[in-house]
Amino acid sequence: MNKKKVEQSTFFWQGNEACAEAAIAAGCRFFAGYPITPASEIAEHLAERLPQVGGIAIQMEDEIASMGAIVGASWAGAKAMTATSGPGFSLMQENIGYAFMTETPCVIVDVQRAGPSTGQATKCGQGDVMQARWGTHGDYASIVLSPNSVQEMFDLTIQAFNLAETYRAPVILLADEVVAHMRERIVVPAKIEILNRRKPKPTEKAFFGVEEIPPMPSVGAGFNVTVTGSTHDEYGIRSTADPKVHQKLVERLVGKIRGNADRLADVEEHNVKNCDVGIVSYGCTSRAVYETVDLARERGIKVGFIRLKTVWPFPDKIVQVMAKNAKAIIVPEMNLQQIFYEVKRAVGNAVSVFPLNKIGGGEMITPEELFTEIIEGAWKK
Amino acid sequence: MTEVFSIRTYLRDIPLPFCPGCGNITVMDYFLRAVHELGHKDLRKFVFLSGIGCTAWIPSPHFEADSIHTTHGRSIPAATGMKLVRPELNVVVFGGDGDLVGIGLSHLIHAARRNMDIKVILVNNMIYGMTGGQVAPTTPFKAKTTTTPYGSFEHPLDATRLVVAAGASYAARWTTIHGVQLKEAMKKMLTTEGFAFVEAVSQCPTAFGRRVGLKTVADMLRWFKENSVPLEEAEKMTEKEIEGKIVVGEHVSRRLPTLTETIHETIEEARKHA
Repeated sequence: MNKKKVEQSTFFWQGNEACAEAAIAAGCRFFAGYPITPASEIAEHLAERLPQVGGIAIQMEDEIASMGAIVGASWAGAKAMTATSGPGFSLMQENIGYAFMTETPCVIVDVQRAGPSTGQATKCGQGDVMQARWGTHGDYASIVLSPNSVQEMFDLTIQAFNLAETYRAPVILLADEVVAHMRERIVVPAKIEILNRRKPKPTEKAFFGVEEIPPMPSVGAGFNVTVTGSTHDEYGIRSTADPKVHQKLVERLVGKIRGNADRLADVEEHNVKNCDVGIVSYGCTSRAVYETVDLARERGIKVGFIRLKTVWPFPDKIVQVMAKNAKAIIVPEMNLQQIFYEVKRAVGNAVSVFPLNKIGGGEMITPEELFTEIIEGAWKK
Repeated sequence: MTEVFSIRTYLRDIPLPFCPGCGNITVMDYFLRAVHELGHKDLRKFVFLSGIGCTAWIPSPHFEADSIHTTHGRSIPAATGMKLVRPELNVVVFGGDGDLVGIGLSHLIHAARRNMDIKVILVNNMIYGMTGGQVAPTTPFKAKTTTTPYGSFEHPLDATRLVVAAGASYAARWTTIHGVQLKEAMKKMLTTEGFAFVEAVSQCPTAFGRRVGLKTVADMLRWFKENSVPLEEAEKMTEKEIEGKIVVGEHVSRRLPTLTETIHETIEEARKHA
């Protein structure tokens, strides 16, 4: 790749490569990371490509430092990203909380592998879904996107930057080993929408409140901004005892994401209003669903699906529409029932929800297994 | 210097949180005097970063400047990202020994190794002060703390010697009784290209002094005075003779390629081949 910027064209790329090129296209000019399978290709690709466009890629001493460095870079005015997998994602959680509390736009890519702990480093998993939602401590809300193809590794990386800049929040691209390592045809579009954080006017002083999403100054711009992960008022001044200041701050931080859940909800849906059985899936697992729908149609069974591109905030309303129409909902995942319980929570008693899980060895849930669940699964009994 | 120094020039009108007799106030004072003597009328060209602990509160939010109060021990990574993106800014880190030598030690070593051009002020009070006086990696051998009630069974780490070994461009150590030397070291630190480090050995009368038999601030300062050994003298002493002493002075001052320089050279090179 010798071109400075990727131009409109068709490529045959690896998922991690698509993610890295999308970051550059989105305006990312700072990357800090630490080697980890199966995410290392993102760092390797950006180490080669970012300097070509005047950006910086640096390998830090660990994932804690990587996350710290992108927070610093973001306050210096750069769009910044890090990429990791489960063990590194665990180490990043503290500074992800800091980014949330200080409203620092940045993108964290978690290419999931089989955990917990070191688990199976080279094998696919989807076990970080709840960590992406609840990984850091305290009350918070997260924006998490889940790509299911190389094309979406590109598209959703750009979307992740746009959402981070729009909502002034860390955004997590929750990929997985399969999507990150496979190679597919990808089309880089001619026109890519790029959104940037709102800068304050010279007279503005409230960078941490008053407005739901306040403007964000950079350091060195004369604003004398005070940034702190401790509870702070609208002007960034620490207030570590006043209950009202804490409540006001944290409710706004959670509210700006939770309150915009409908706007953030991005799903692919099929036959949601006209199906016998519904499937809710995301990431690599969702790739089995398309064939399953065809297999079922041959048997005269109408299968509808919702594929979550936004995993968090969870798109309750869309799943509730499916619950009104389907006789059962099946949730296939490469973990032990993480989104399953979220679907159950969303639909309440409207319909029965059944899990289909497989973990370890990078073994995917096949269309046949999903189809078998549909024709003779637990929901029929 | 024509204008008279006033610390208020550089501070917000917010009451300081430090205990009576706290060494942080001394360090803040000498740092701002150094800034003043270098001709800075305000702190606009600076960005301050700090972690968690009493020392983190020197700049945040008291300095009338940009200040980033990060998580515990992580000020240096954030400073690294910031300086790489905005090399024209003076990026200064304040941290205590728990913050920079305990939880954040790895980042301190790597910043020195990279010769990352940030300025780091370590206020070493030999204790975790904010949390109530627990043993630190800098606590003297046998000192009684709340988590070593029978005396510390560990030996302390010498942070200044460590950053010298790791590759710092500048490193000096003084105590809060060495006011002039501390101020001069800070001036040199602020004008050094590359990783520059000043360790200020400081008193915590609340959480340390009163538990180790140094009941007043004056007792602590007297202890600093009696235990300080100039670097030149220390070089003639044995390790055993130096144990428990505070070796003061300029430990290193050298011109080495900085990370900002080498990374931007790399970018220029990559652009040529793009």
